[in-house]
Amino acid sequence: MGAKGLLGGALAYSGVASVMRKPARAEGVTRGLLAPEPVKIDWKKYHWGFVCDDDKCIGCGRCVVACKKENDVPWEPEYNRTWVERYVIDEEGEFFVDSPNAGRDGFAADYMNVKYEALDVRKSFFVPKLCNQCDNPPCVKVCPVGATYMTDDGVVLVDHGHCIGCRYCIQACPYGARFMLPRGHKSHFGVDRVIDKCNWCYHRIHRGLLPACVQACPVEARLFGDLRDPESVVSRITREKRVYTLKPELGTDPKVFYLGFEKGVH
Amino acid sequence: MDGFIYPNEGVVEWDLLIVVYPYITGLVAGAFVVSSLYHVFGIKALKPVARFSLVAALAFLLFAPLPLVIHLGRPERALQMFITPNLASAMSAFGFIWLAYFLLVLTEVWLVFREDIVRYAKTSEGVWKTVYTVLALGVLEISEEARAIDAKLIKILALVGIPSAFLLHGYVGFIFGAVKANPWWSTPLMPIIFITSATVSGIALLLVMYVVSSKIRNVPLDHNCLRALAIWLLGILCVNLVLEGLEIFSMNYEAEESWEIISRLINEKIYFSYFGIQFILGAVVPLIILSYAELTRSGESVKTPARVLAATLVLVGVFAMRWNVVIGGQLMSKSFRGFTDYVPPIFGLEGVLVAAAFMIAPVVFFVVLVRVLPPWQEEPKEPEPRRLSF
Repeated sequence: MGAKGLLGGALAYSGVASVMRKPARAEGVTRGLLAPEPVKIDWKKYHWGFVCDDDKCIGCGRCVVACKKENDVPWEPEYNRTWVERYVIDEEGEFFVDSPNAGRDGFAADYMNVKYEALDVRKSFFVPKLCNQCDNPPCVKVCPVGATYMTDDGVVLVDHGHCIGCRYCIQACPYGARFMLPRGHKSHFGVDRVIDKCNWCYHRIHRGLLPACVQACPVEARLFGDLRDPESVVSRITREKRVYTLKPELGTDPKVFYLGFEKGVH
Repeated sequence: MDGFIYPNEGVVEWDLLIVVYPYITGLVAGAFVVSSLYHVFGIKALKPVARFSLVAALAFLLFAPLPLVIHLGRPERALQMFITPNLASAMSAFGFIWLAYFLLVLTEVWLVFREDIVRYAKTSEGVWKTVYTVLALGVLEISEEARAIDAKLIKILALVGIPSAFLLHGYVGFIFGAVKANPWWSTPLMPIIFITSATVSGIALLLVMYVVSSKIRNVPLDHNCLRALAIWLLGILCVNLVLEGLEIFSMNYEAEESWEIISRLINEKIYFSYFGIQFILGAVVPLIILSYAELTRSGESVKTPARVLAATLVLVGVFAMRWNVVIGGQLMSKSFRGFTDYVPPIFGLEGVLVAAAFMIAPVVFFVVLVRVLPPWQEEPKEPEPRRLSF
């Protein structure tokens, strides 16, 4: 089996077939990275989207662990590219929200649940969080040196070789998606004290793979695909179901769509 | 931690250094406005502090960017603000605004002191002669005609300087006011409040520095000047208090979704520094003291300490305001469901000692500056020749 065959197998296995249904397009993507002569790809043809299904998420935290391993995110719970929040609503309608260790260790441990034992719970659910890759990103607007920018296919990236660490973008992000790499924790570019955040595993999606959290999710609560491809899973869901985005009133135009709306989640 | 915060919000990213930075630029803007009140608007009573305030503005301006640069994650990349600025970012303007304003103040200081510099250059000896000749930049002409041109240029610079000073500080307010993610910051009133509070703090600083320096130099105070400073302080402090009150009043009245958390912020988390220091000790009490000094017939021996006390309280109050904006806004989670904690460390780059050093350094530099360029203007007299006596 040649390299192409191997990759084809990997694609089928990882479920990318549902992400990029048209074989020609998928081939274009893979050839661009494997062939000795780079194929020119028009990235403007792609516009990635993400769906989180709050009804499906079981709060196992595998996505958080997968993300930390894939992207070398500091293990401490203060630094996250993605996390999971737990919402508990009691019979009085009062909200209790928490995210012990950012969801990294799941929510099943006893010490995470004793506080809810006496509570008359009406309903509870989990909400996975990650960078919304806003189409109108406030973080890109405020970066004084242009170190954070939007790619042609709509993903917001941070250039670690350029970021000065002023942290204005952290202030500007309404979703708490950004953090600064702590002193001593160097990124792949060999620098610490620069800003990091979820990039939907940009290195993976360009190889036709799914983001690590999507691949790790055992219940398909996280879905990823191309919004321009009418056959992709995210296109189908956003077209057929009622979805909502976080803090829509801020006009950031997020590309993470949530299934299972509950007032008070933001 | 109290309630729920987004996991990444555990670190307060803009710390004490970012409190110090707007405080210092505010003092610069305020001090410059005072000098312009004399140079442009012809408020003669302020003559004794007109040159003095310019030197103070220069001293503080020089140190304004330091806390920012130190605070950067990668300070060695600071100059990228000039090389690859993202013009959509308010912050990218900082370097340019600061540099332009610095050049403006420097030029104005040079023009204002040029006559003195040339005289010193002609009468001093040894090293001092060299220092002043260099400072004169080779322009030794101080005829009536030349001085008239100087005066005209000074007036233009002082005039251009006012909007520049407001830009320097209003822009800092915009940095906060334009963050829609943070309802405690996001208000178009923010730049205006920053400008009025800056002016207030600058006048208060000059009042204190004027009295203290006169005591140290053992020269009589010009009470007219002191009174003018106190009245300007009183007036702008009123405006500032109204604006700050209006800000919180409209948040309360509109009662948007974020009001619940903001109300908890000011009533629980920053209660003391907000109501206690910013409003009562730093604004209401000084207003009462200053009004008392204006309205009663007590002697200058009572009024002067009262005015100095009021000005000192204003300086503390404006610092508290910077704290409440910068730190207060970050204590509140953007999930609107909880608060993080922040206590500045004593040691380390982001600690209290370093922040204090940044506040003291401009004062020290000011003392050095006035040794070289004495700004005192008690009576018109020939500058004393500088002899070699260290």
